[in-house]
Order: sequence, then structure tokens, then C-alpha cells
Amino acid sequence: MLNGLFKSQLILGLAQAGVAALAAIAVMLLARRRHIHLERETLVALVRGLAQITIVGSILVLMLRGPRWTSVFILAAMTVAAAATSARRAKRIPGAFRVSLYAIAAGAGSVIALMTFAGAIDTAITALVPVGSMLIANAMNTNGLALDRFRSDVHAHVGHVEAALALGAAPEETVAPYVQAAYQASLIPAIDNLRSLGIVWIPGLMAGMVLSGSPPLYAAVYQFVVIAMIFAASGLTCLISTTLIRERAFSPAEQLLLRPDAAPAR
Amino acid sequence: MHFTSMAASASILRTEHLTRAVDGRRIVDDISIEVPRGDVLAIVGPSGAGKSSFLRLLNRLDEPTGGTSYVDGRDYREIPPRVLRRRLGMVMQTPFLFPGTVAENIRFGPRQHGETLDDEAIALLLEQVALPGFATRNVANLSGGEAQRVAFARCLANSPEVLLLDEPTSALDDVAKREIEALVREIVEARRLTCLIVTHDSARPRAWRNA
Repeated sequence: MLNGLFKSQLILGLAQAGVAALAAIAVMLLARRRHIHLERETLVALVRGLAQITIVGSILVLMLRGPRWTSVFILAAMTVAAAATSARRAKRIPGAFRVSLYAIAAGAGSVIALMTFAGAIDTAITALVPVGSMLIANAMNTNGLALDRFRSDVHAHVGHVEAALALGAAPEETVAPYVQAAYQASLIPAIDNLRSLGIVWIPGLMAGMVLSGSPPLYAAVYQFVVIAMIFAASGLTCLISTTLIRERAFSPAEQLLLRPDAAPAR
Repeated sequence: MHFTSMAASASILRTEHLTRAVDGRRIVDDISIEVPRGDVLAIVGPSGAGKSSFLRLLNRLDEPTGGTSYVDGRDYREIPPRVLRRRLGMVMQTPFLFPGTVAENIRFGPRQHGETLDDEAIALLLEQVALPGFATRNVANLSGGEAQRVAFARCLANSPEVLLLDEPTSALDDVAKREIEALVREIVEARRLTCLIVTHDSARPRAWRNA
């Protein structure tokens, strides 16, 4: 329907964005009827998302014409932005930004470097930046989920953690079940993506490759390569972030710092 | 908050101006006490007086913002926290048992420093807390009083020199309360333990003494 109404591709794109945003707002209003208030967060996220992707798209047009090494800076900037987003999700965790930055940089960064070195990612800026950004974005999501789950589990089990500490347990031993649960829960989307690839969803990258003339079979196999890389980057990021956050949850005197509030007088 | 002593001999625990302030409010305010070895000290005061916070400082679950504590004359900040916490065993108001069996809970403390308690040692500890034959029971199926006894046995498994009891009977009915008090008194006397008991009920120290 929209295709018939608009001839300019830019106007068509904006109209399509408007329809998609309306669908998101409708869901938000349905949630509101059940007293789930996400209005502000949803509206801000929609406006920000559209503005960011438009600005980045414009910058990419300019940068994609640049030399290959500029992709390193683009991916580094994306990593910092991803760490900031993750840290906002886990803002009650001490040092969340630094933990997220180290974890995403090491997790996604090492997989991007390894795969580029192995030849699984082309060094052309037009390939490295989009594929790299997918790895960073998924690492960010996994990291946010892991930190949030770890925080909520520890908050819900402060008594058990402190009972274990009071018995002379090492801090890492007291939170081991919660680290494990956070790691497993945060990787569920990445595992499900791998499981359902081609059956439940056909990612856009594959469609794009087919449209740009790649053989469909190669496009399909490459899609698996990307999803497997996403799994590796997400898993490594989460492993690093849960290890780092576990250390920051305790003081040097092995006291639990990650508490819902300061210990009240009892 | 006041302190009621019940016996005496050479000092094992001493606090000097022990203080903890949170957000500018002093929840433990300048406490200086000396606890002789083998003494049973009751810390009595209303809710919110900082009694439990004081015990948490002694076990170093929280850090003092002023003053310090000495264990056998040594500043407790010089003692590794895990060693200190084994020497000053703490039983909390809520048992906070770990999922699994009673035996797994009792083995937890010794396992932290590489020691494995055998079945005989577990049975002995369970007899001391009047729960014979409970080793293989799942902690999810215990009553409040039974769970608190398991928490007590779990603490004793570390062979502490000092027991810090944070209102261990406050959530129990009168019968269970009396049983646990009698049990604790018996064990404290048999093992010659030093004991600090927190309670908001001013009648409890007498009840402990007469248990």
C-alpha cells in the first residue's frame, strides 16, 4: 500500500518507519491497560533509535568511501556506545560501564579480529563494519541480560550469600549459582537463534546477499557463519562480564557490596 | 542498647570505639566492650538500636567507619576475613539454608578450607542439636525450629571459638524457642564457647540463663 503512495524512497522509508513505530506504540498502550508503564522508555527509545540509525547511516555513507583502517575506529566507537547502553541497564552495579566495555571489547573484539584474520569476515569496510556491528550489538544484549540477571539474583539472595560468607566461604563460591544462572539465561536468545536459523527466521543479511547476486547456498552458509560468530562473541563477552562483575560485587574485605540498599540498622 | 554479662575469664574479644555510620547516620555508635573467654554476653535493645549491625561488624560482614575490634589481642583487620569468620561463627535470625540436604549444609563450612566431614561427624553434630537421623533430609522440608537447629549445627561444624547469635529464636514459637535456648546453653557450656546473643526481648537473657 505504501509503495503506491510514495515515489521517493526516503519518504517511503519514513512512512514505513512511522507504521512500524505505530505498531510499537499500540503494544505499549496495550501494556498500559495492564498497568505496565513503558510509555516514556518506549517513546524515547523509538525516537532515539530512528535518529541514531539515520545519523549513523549518513556518516557511514561518507565513511564507507574511506580507507579500510577507518573501520577499526567505527567499531571502537560502537563498542563504547554498546558499553554505555549495557551499563545503563545495569546502573546499580558498581563499575558497570567499565565491566561492559572490557567485556564487549574483549568478547566481540577478539571474535571479529580472529574471524577477519581467518578470512571469514572481509576486510572491506562495507563488510567489516556491518558484520562487526552485529557481533557488538548482540554482545551488548547478552551482557545487559547477564548483568541484570546477576544483580537481581544476588539481590534476591543477599541472606544466602552473607550466610555463606559468614561460614568462611570465598566470595566467588557464594555467588557461583547466580553467575551460572546469569550466564545460561543471557545466552538463551543466541542459542535459540542458532537453533531456529532458517526454520523460524531468515536474517536480513542473507536476503541482502541474495539480492546483491551471491549464490543462495553460499548466502545461507554465510548466514550460519555470522550467527555462530554472534554466539561466540556473546558467550565470550558474557563469560568476561560475569567474571568481572563477580569481583566487583565484593569489597577487598570480602563484604557484599551488591545490595538492594545500604544495610539498615537492625 | 545494653550488655548483660553472664560469666568470666581472660579476654578473647575486645572492641574499641566500634562505629558504623550509613548515610551520615550512626547505626553502631562508639561501642567499647571486652568479652572474656567463655563468657556469654546478651546484647539487649529495641528494634533498630543497631544490635545486629554490631554483630555484623564483629563478623566483618560490614566494615566499621570508626574504631576496631581485637580477637585475642590482634586487630581483626589483620586477620584474613575467611579465617576471622570461621573463628567467630554467626547464626542469623533467618537460617538461610542452602538448597540440598542437611548434611550438605553442615559440610559447607569445613569444605571451604578443604576439610570433608565424614558421616560420623555429621551424625554427632546432628545429635548435639537434637536432630538425629536428619542428615539426608532435604532442607526444603524442615520446620522453622529444625531449620534453625541445622543452621546452628552448620555453624558449629566450623568449630568456632566465639558464637554470634543474632536473635536466633525470634521467628520461632515459644516451645521451639525454649528448646533451642536450652540446646544452645548446653552446647556453649560443653564446648566452653564464648557467646554473644542479640535480643530485643529483655526477658530473654534471664530465659537463656535459666534454660
